[in-house]
Amino acid sequence: MSSELIHSLRKGNRLALSRVLSQVEDGTKASQAILEKLFRATGSAHKIGITGPPGSGKSTLVNGLARELRRREPQLKVAIIAVDPSSPFTGGAILGDRVRMLDLQGDNQIFIRSMASRGALGGLAEQTEGLSQVFDAAGYGFILIETVGAGQSEVDVVNLAHTTIVVDTPGMGDDIQSIKAGILEIADILVVNKADRPGADQSAAHLRNMVEMGYAADYSAGKHLLSGSLSASTGVVTPAGWIPPVLKTIASEFQGISELSDAVLAHAAYLRQSGQWHAKDEAAIRANIRRLVTAELIGEFRQTVPAELMEALVIKVQQRELAPNEAVRELLAYNRINSLKSSE
Amino acid sequence: MTERKIRVLIAKPGLDGHDRGAKVVARALRDDGMEVIYTGLRQTPEMIAEAALQEDVDAVGLSILSGAHNALVPKIVDNIRANGQTDVVIFLGGIIPEDDIPALLEKGVFKIYGPGTDTRQVCSDIRSAVKTKAQA
Ligand SMILES: Nc1nc2c(ncn2[C@@H]2O[C@H](COP(=O)(O)OP(=O)(O)O)[C@@H](O)[C@H]2O)c(=O)[nH]1
Ligand SMILES: [Mg+2]
Repeated sequence: MSSELIHSLRKGNRLALSRVLSQVEDGTKASQAILEKLFRATGSAHKIGITGPPGSGKSTLVNGLARELRRREPQLKVAIIAVDPSSPFTGGAILGDRVRMLDLQGDNQIFIRSMASRGALGGLAEQTEGLSQVFDAAGYGFILIETVGAGQSEVDVVNLAHTTIVVDTPGMGDDIQSIKAGILEIADILVVNKADRPGADQSAAHLRNMVEMGYAADYSAGKHLLSGSLSASTGVVTPAGWIPPVLKTIASEFQGISELSDAVLAHAAYLRQSGQWHAKDEAAIRANIRRLVTAELIGEFRQTVPAELMEALVIKVQQRELAPNEAVRELLAYNRINSLKSSE
Repeated sequence: MTERKIRVLIAKPGLDGHDRGAKVVARALRDDGMEVIYTGLRQTPEMIAEAALQEDVDAVGLSILSGAHNALVPKIVDNIRANGQTDVVIFLGGIIPEDDIPALLEKGVFKIYGPGTDTRQVCSDIRSAVKTKAQA
């Protein structure tokens, strides 16, 4: 059944694509085999991450960007993966990003898939990477990935995307930047959306300042040679590499979307010319393998080590007969012996 | 293994601008542990079927207050089935006159919920309908 699905998917059948996405999202047994087959056909999509605080306009920007990219590169299909948080209490979720993407409905070369985070931290879901591989193998040239937008530690997307867009809005407090320094560092493109609101120029100037400071620090460490103007609207390529542009947009009015598309395409060109595309791909693969190994080991551990042993050790630790580390050693020793047995 | 998540599309076809009922149901399903894709107001039958296809949902809930159910619902059902999603559970909420109900059920609507329906009932209905179809 799965080889039939793969065949239909590769031929452009969207129901087959949708069903494969579900298999992968649910992490079914079949999905591993499917991903293994499909992986060989991946590697050509330009993956673009969009992150930023809730309500900053990520979905609206994705709507505009997808429409513009389709206009610029009509031969390329666009996939959108929009991740929203699951409720930690019920495991349910309301996924509302499509409400902002109604302009894309008439175009059957665009495929939007909503995804619940299902308890994963870091702004993506466990299987966002898997879904992006499926779209890639299905021939989607652009894959836009909207993160949860919790605002804090949304850095997983850099491991996945070639180009990361960080969105902020004006007036979210002048001094307390809503974008933390850590998240600024992951940006390839910075966007001040809702530029129709007061304070947009100050916010843009402030972000530009922070970008400059970041690169000035590199400069003083003697790493890079800096030239070029930071106020340029598309990214500036210097011997130091790509310097993120700061763009103002009014996503709800499609303003600034053309410039944003310029920057996205310029960044892709820069990545390819500089060899960074290859390096990012390698880093993404390394991060993905690490993640999969971790998940696999934890799964094996859960299957092998009985809950009773865990419980018994918890009691011993609580009675101060054992330190936590000693309990861990015991659990791992048990796992080592018994997981070998079960795999023989 | 954990149980598969049930995915439900909640859509609002037609021209009336009220989505309070739709939102109440969406929240109830979420609180019951389902993943609810919400698409907003004024959706055409084609848009709803397209969203159901892309999201590979198990169920589609339609909220119609405008009185246009006889025109809209058959089109939506046909569009969804034509896409190959033959086993998607389609349910309906809103103000539907008694006389119209048999034809809609005949058309393949799973259940119709009037005003004042206990949302817990909706949740358990959807859960068991999706389960039955998965076993079929
Ligand atoms: N004033 C203004 N509102 C916008 C703009 N872009 C988006 N919005 C609105 O901001 C709200 C949140 O947008 P959304 O795209 O859902 O944000 P997300 O949570 O980051 O995905 C919506 O009501 C949008 O219509 C903009 O440029 N200006
Ligand atoms: Mg959003």
